[in-house]
Amino acid sequence: MFIRRLPKFAYHTPVSIAETLGLLKTYGSKARVLAGGTDLLLAMKKRALTPEHLVNIKNIKAMQGISYTDRKGLKIGALVTCAELEESELIKKRAPALWDAASVMASPQVKTLATIGGNLCSAVPSADTAPPLIAMGAEAVLIGPKGERTMPVEKLFKGPAESKVGRNEILTHIQVPRQATNSCAAYLKLMRRAALDLALVGVAAYICLDNDNRTCKDVRIVLGAVAPTPIRAPMAEKLLSGKEITEALADEAGKVAGTICRPITDVRASLGYRCDMVEVLTRRAVMEALRRIINERKR
Amino acid sequence: MKNRVGITLKVNGEEYELEIEPHRTLVEVLRDTLGFTGTKKSCNEGECGACTVIMDGKPVASCLVLALDAQGKEILTIEGLAHGEDLHPLQVAFVRKGGIQCGFCTPGMIMSAKALLDKKPKPTTVDVRKAISGNLCRCTGYQQIVDAVMSAAQEIEQ
Repeated sequence: MFIRRLPKFAYHTPVSIAETLGLLKTYGSKARVLAGGTDLLLAMKKRALTPEHLVNIKNIKAMQGISYTDRKGLKIGALVTCAELEESELIKKRAPALWDAASVMASPQVKTLATIGGNLCSAVPSADTAPPLIAMGAEAVLIGPKGERTMPVEKLFKGPAESKVGRNEILTHIQVPRQATNSCAAYLKLMRRAALDLALVGVAAYICLDNDNRTCKDVRIVLGAVAPTPIRAPMAEKLLSGKEITEALADEAGKVAGTICRPITDVRASLGYRCDMVEVLTRRAVMEALRRIINERKR
Repeated sequence: MKNRVGITLKVNGEEYELEIEPHRTLVEVLRDTLGFTGTKKSCNEGECGACTVIMDGKPVASCLVLALDAQGKEILTIEGLAHGEDLHPLQVAFVRKGGIQCGFCTPGMIMSAKALLDKKPKPTTVDVRKAISGNLCRCTGYQQIVDAVMSAAQEIEQ
């Protein structure tokens, strides 16, 4: 398919969140927020979207940067790019599952532009940053005309390409709570090739071990790309909770997860294959999370 | 109604004062306005890497960058690598190692490789393959390209 040039639009570059909200209020449904542009500009080239006004938020300093405090955990600005996530020692240390996602997204020249806020707001079911963030209990901070509100990332997705972020709201940053000791998460993405592919299946597993270093105290299993939105697998989680995690048990959890996913058959993979792969990736992600906890303890 | 905006673009070390409409992408302005046709507009959707240029030291898909957003940044295109008649070691290596056949992917490939070597002067072949993972080549099968980048890395380090 021949991709056309962009349609015309008026361009606004606010320097503050307040200015941005003002512009969104003024132009309403005729305006769209532009961050990295790797989703929006492409949709515009395909004429799926033709906003008359683009509000460029890339210069808003308050939405940039990654920081950490013991009290509040990680604060990730919505404008942080996938490349910045991948290069960040903080992310690698405090949110390795998110680092996993950043390292398997897109390509170097797209990662420089694409933002974590954009990945969440575009709300495609296969969004790679979502399962790790949900697994770590992350929250999105939104600011709109009525002020600021917080929403768990788990609740952010309404349907394919439908986000709960309001039309005149912006996602300003993600808050990842300080992770419990003896816990870790991992994200695995099944792709047909090494780069520039959407996830056929994405699985994030979060494990927290009890003081005996064996029993699973807390667990979250999040599946991406196999339902209209990223979903939890509570029945698989229940199987692991309170037990000692072995490969056999992880395998069982995988089988359960494979029954609750509801993927589609499309050009990338069939429904049956995706369900089978949920099984495999769940087992692997659980074991990888466990391995990370053990390795961390050895240090 | 043309709502042109006056911007200054810094490309290959030189500043250019331009009047550009907001909807024009960087690849279009580089090629059509500034005449830097080394950078290619191929898929126009950020999936092939032929439009790769370096912006503030990082590789970007210039078909997804609005020209207005490139203001205030340092842009390096393939034209900016050679010094007069002296080719950059990457360019020499690509020729010597057979990393060029039709040549269409080459500017984008070299820019991705340059971005890598600037950040990691002694890459492994895995690093190289990751760095060019966003650049498609239909001719070479990539091996000679990897060889070329490894060879250039050695050459530069000496």
